[in-house]
Amino acid sequence: MHKKTIVELAAGLKAGEFSSVELTGHFLERIERLDGNINAFITTTAEQALAEAAVADEKLKAGDAGPLTGIPIVQKDIFCTQGVKTSCGSRMLDNFISPYDATVVTKLKQAGVVSLGKANMDEFAMGSSNETSFYGNVHNPWDNERVPGGSSGGSAAAVAARMAAAATGTDTGGSIRQPAALCGITGLKPTYGRISRFGMIAFASSLDQAGPMTATAEDAALMLQAMAGFDPRDSTSADHPVPDYSASLNDSLAGLKIGLPKEYFGEGLDGDVRTSIEAALAVYKGLGAEVVEISLPNSAMAVPTYYVVAPAECSSNLSRFDGARFGYRCDNPKDLEDLYKRSRGEAFGAEVKRRIMIGTYALSAGYYDAYYLKAQKTRHLISDDFKQAFEQVDVIMGPATPAPAFKLGEKTDDPVTMYLNDIYTIAANLAGLPGLSMPVQPVNGLPVGLQLIGNYFAEAKLLNVAHKFQQETGWHRLIPEGLD
Amino acid sequence: MSLDRSDVEKIAHLARLALDENQVEGYAAELSNILALVEQLEAADTDNIEPMAHPLHMAQRLREDQVTEPDRRNQNQAVAPLVENGLYLVPKVIE
Repeated sequence: MHKKTIVELAAGLKAGEFSSVELTGHFLERIERLDGNINAFITTTAEQALAEAAVADEKLKAGDAGPLTGIPIVQKDIFCTQGVKTSCGSRMLDNFISPYDATVVTKLKQAGVVSLGKANMDEFAMGSSNETSFYGNVHNPWDNERVPGGSSGGSAAAVAARMAAAATGTDTGGSIRQPAALCGITGLKPTYGRISRFGMIAFASSLDQAGPMTATAEDAALMLQAMAGFDPRDSTSADHPVPDYSASLNDSLAGLKIGLPKEYFGEGLDGDVRTSIEAALAVYKGLGAEVVEISLPNSAMAVPTYYVVAPAECSSNLSRFDGARFGYRCDNPKDLEDLYKRSRGEAFGAEVKRRIMIGTYALSAGYYDAYYLKAQKTRHLISDDFKQAFEQVDVIMGPATPAPAFKLGEKTDDPVTMYLNDIYTIAANLAGLPGLSMPVQPVNGLPVGLQLIGNYFAEAKLLNVAHKFQQETGWHRLIPEGLD
Repeated sequence: MSLDRSDVEKIAHLARLALDENQVEGYAAELSNILALVEQLEAADTDNIEPMAHPLHMAQRLREDQVTEPDRRNQNQAVAPLVENGLYLVPKVIE
């Protein structure tokens, strides 16, 4: 059952080949058996999952089921789930039982999904390897000694190891697309504002966006359908119509114009990854697409811009963790300042502290113009590059990451080396554009991700372009050895 | 911009973060490296470029000034470290 896509599982449920309780039990058994070596889950909610599955089975029997009814998924532990621990991968929230549901959680519940639990992640979504989690590393299902990517590393690993049919993720600088690439699954970061941020613990509010992580683009369309839409509880939610994402999946790609930014194929790109990307582009040419070289001249500014904007917003957002209202509190504070300082000092990990301090510094008196204002201007330049590109092409393609998954511990000594892993994904967040990563030909048994970037609200187009590729190829069907 | 020990201590104070004494030097080196990365921005010509505050250039939406949320104080305070009579308790601020 676990080898099936959501679409296939939904068909099996509707035909009565198996029940949601059986399906949920099957995934729970896999989690029990496999997750000891992967560590994709922070919390497993077996009892609750089986109860939700029983409700789903009633709906299926009554003929009242939607495409996600009874499908077992995992929520990234950044989404607040009422009555269930919501840790955000941090000691700070190790004791936090959320009093409410995030809008994403509410909407997926309404769609009838079964939640198996909460996925491991980098602490407060700050990381590219899942090595900053308070709950330990996640191991890449393709190679136990390698990272799954981050920050949605648990989500990606859970789907890749088929311990869940799908997962939710969030992407601030590549946190859906990069782990999707390194674990060989399909991950979509929609347009900024497409999915509500209400109840999604904030990291950098002008960049954060939730999205689905699935085996296929077709499955991602179903998940996005349930997750997307305007939410009055999110002040930056986009009031923009939600199309039927599955309706256009099979549209012809004849005449599609694909832009390849020359800056994404330069120095620093692994040669084997380049070969895999080129092979994928040949498939698109076979489908009638036209490939043209384009330029995003300010690409080199993306990482430096991000490491001002994201830490600045994080330093502000994470000021809410004060040891007074929720989360970790230090023992025996001698005064209020001591309460703040020790609660935060003891409960935040090193990467979170670095980013809070960079942000605090960048926003401090005398430095604001040189850092934050300057970065907002370079952000505008990066955004304008895309605007001009989309006057020439329909979709932009390139590698999602410079290389396949690296080894655990390989990049933890130098934060800047780690940051450069997101060199191809960050720009889409700065511009607010949708991006998708999907598996292409692996390199030495490790997955490689092709990234697609679309124009604002062009999620349906991205899913269509990805789905057509997956109809022609079988890379998305690969399952790690020993886990099939 | 290279940060030294006292810079890090000042920033940590502004951010209300207690740091281990023996980690301050390490943070100084790491933060200096990150700032060196960030300073590549100086190479960009941003004369006459507007700062970008929102990806979709959207204005802040306002709503009617009406109560829309129910009172959930009890649920919200259930996760607080220390409360009494509906109030959050912290060390004494005023003598």
